[in-house]
Amino acid sequence: MAPTPVLFISFEILQKNFAGLIELIGFGESFKWLATLLAGISISFLIINVMVMATAFYTWFERRMIARFQVRRGPNRNGPFGMLQPFADVLKLIMKEDTIPDEADKPVFTLAPIALLAPTLMIMIVIPFGTFLHEDAFLSNLNIGILFIVGVTSVNSIAIFMAGWASRNKYAILGSMRGAAMLISYEIPMALGITSVLILSGSLAMTEIVSSQSVWFILVMPMGFFVFMAASTAEMSRTPFDQIEAESELGSGYNTEYSGIKFAVLFLAEFMAPLVTAAVVTTLFLGGSQGFDFLPGGVWFALKMFIIIFVLLWFRSTWPRLRIDQIMGFAWKTLFGLGLFNIFLVALEFSLADQFGGLASDSVSLTPEYMLIIGAINWIITIAIILIMANVVGRKKYTRPEPTPSPLANMGIKES
Amino acid sequence: MATIRTEPVTINLGPQHPSTHGVFRLRVTFDGEEIVDLEPVFGYLHRGTEKLAESRNYVQIVTLTDRMDYVASMSNNLAYVRTVEKLSDIKVPERAQYIRVISVELQRIASHLMATGFLLNDLGALATPLVYCFRERERILDLFEMLCGARITLSYMRPGGVFQDAPEEFWGSLNTLISDLPSYLDELESLITTNEIVLARTIGVGLLSDTQAIDSGVTGPILRASSVKWDLRKANPYEIYDRVNFDVPIGSSGDTYDRYYVRLQEMRESIKIISQCIQQIEPGPVRTKTPFFIRPPTGEAYSSVEGPKGELGFYMVSDGGISPYRFKVRAPSFINLTPLRDMITGWKMGDLIIILGSIDIVLGEVDR
Repeated sequence: MAPTPVLFISFEILQKNFAGLIELIGFGESFKWLATLLAGISISFLIINVMVMATAFYTWFERRMIARFQVRRGPNRNGPFGMLQPFADVLKLIMKEDTIPDEADKPVFTLAPIALLAPTLMIMIVIPFGTFLHEDAFLSNLNIGILFIVGVTSVNSIAIFMAGWASRNKYAILGSMRGAAMLISYEIPMALGITSVLILSGSLAMTEIVSSQSVWFILVMPMGFFVFMAASTAEMSRTPFDQIEAESELGSGYNTEYSGIKFAVLFLAEFMAPLVTAAVVTTLFLGGSQGFDFLPGGVWFALKMFIIIFVLLWFRSTWPRLRIDQIMGFAWKTLFGLGLFNIFLVALEFSLADQFGGLASDSVSLTPEYMLIIGAINWIITIAIILIMANVVGRKKYTRPEPTPSPLANMGIKES
Repeated sequence: MATIRTEPVTINLGPQHPSTHGVFRLRVTFDGEEIVDLEPVFGYLHRGTEKLAESRNYVQIVTLTDRMDYVASMSNNLAYVRTVEKLSDIKVPERAQYIRVISVELQRIASHLMATGFLLNDLGALATPLVYCFRERERILDLFEMLCGARITLSYMRPGGVFQDAPEEFWGSLNTLISDLPSYLDELESLITTNEIVLARTIGVGLLSDTQAIDSGVTGPILRASSVKWDLRKANPYEIYDRVNFDVPIGSSGDTYDRYYVRLQEMRESIKIISQCIQQIEPGPVRTKTPFFIRPPTGEAYSSVEGPKGELGFYMVSDGGISPYRFKVRAPSFINLTPLRDMITGWKMGDLIIILGSIDIVLGEVDR
């Protein structure tokens, strides 16, 4: 059993410190609840502010990066390299009139942005970032961390449906209907991708998942990574799955009627999603804060997050959007099958490795050697499946006949 | 099992909508995501061009034609001045004809680039292909700026020739552009043509059969995408089109992908035409002397050219005065919308947008 890591910032430590402080001031045992409350407020304050600032800079980064993809310059007026642009945007949105449509369902309309933002923030609680002091830091070490994430992300679809329904706008409701259908469908492949991680790590706790990755899980099961990545891209409804607010079709989708600070909150939640997803992917597949010793773990975590975010940006700036039925088909016909197959494969390999005595000393996860063997097998199978899908299944329906001129028209001249 | 009662929803798509290419309005009835009925509503950009033309003289009308298809002003200019020349029997110098063809083909490339870019934008690609298309279009507009000082509303052509000869530096820039364009198009194609998502979204969507296309009077790339080989530049060669070699690309089935791909191939053909024109052009006058107030003899004339969007025709009746008695435009964008309902009904909302985008309408021309 690994020694319990010294926590840098955690709910428990804060609670202990506040309790000590309260005792120091002279309040008795009966005021222990105050320590819990203060610790909770401190943690919330920390998460909200760090994430809001991170999202602000992320929006700047996204806009700059997409501008580079599009041979443009991007925001470069406010502050150095335009870094103050997000603050200018937020200032503008705050100063705008906060309109609520007459026929809107007002309480639901007001609640929807909060309901969308809160779960996104809550995911950050269980992510083990790693600190600059080489200790695992997490705001709360839930032993069902990943289950918590799966549960909390489901709230997003309700929030989006609330926003669309309450707006009383046809575009908004169309967008939120799509959202409800799509987000619920993609939760299944996402859960399948997570399940394969759980088989190998043998624990639901995020810290355990990180520490069990003696070989990063992206190397062990590329297929699981693909399934999870595709599903989570859909979960945050970004290109090629951005049906919820399909700009060229629905105007703005579920947030059509929102303005002012409510829109800012929706926007914040939407742009926080890539950060959160990158954090989850890093934890599950890229070994969290693992890395070489010359840099602290937190820096490694940030670097890996950065790579994932960049890949997501790359998707967004290159690909067109799929149609809604194609998206649903992709979830149920492709990702669902791949996810199940991946679980089957990993489970089979795990039990075989168990037979051959490949379990590590903690008797839950495998030794690095066995992980590498499984990884090699999985890579070969994945590449084979990609080749089959690309050449046998995929291209066939797109072959087009050689065009023959219609007999209905004759230009009256001989072809040269 | 009891079925849930559903009812169709009617949505007003436009006139303020990001993908209607202007102020076009569609009353669409949806059954879920599927389109059951559709009714286009025109006229939000109606400026009475045809009526205005009846109180302008023949040179002034050139500026009115710029404002119709504002993405392809050159082609409008050409179609108009050719009708005036036919009406009043004006001969055009050879050099002017070459310059006209060069500028019209450049305009065709610019217009097709814009059509392709906006089609991809409608497909949901976050403006990246659009910006790539615009980068090349800017260079063409720079060339137009050299020719006549304007970039969009050009008014470059006059009855009897062109407004002025191309300056020296124009030819150098044109040559570099012509040598650069194929690689630009290759770049664009590598981004789009074999993109799995583009293929999945466009192939088989919005089919328009050849019979249907001919019956509804569709022209231009949309007609050719439905495998009908009809191009006025070949069928009824005007200017110097009979002296250049080019192919008429056609599509195989008439779906959205074909309409995109035909446009792409047409751009390559246009490059071929321009490079041949550069080789053939000789020095000479660029404008026949015409009176300031052209007074065509009493009569009528119809003349049409193959514009980027289809057959662009002008019909004029002259009563011998300084302005036409009747002025009528055969606007390809408008007529290409005829089969819209047949093409769109039964498809989904996302398809509606791309089918409309692949028709490539310009509202200035639809509403005139």
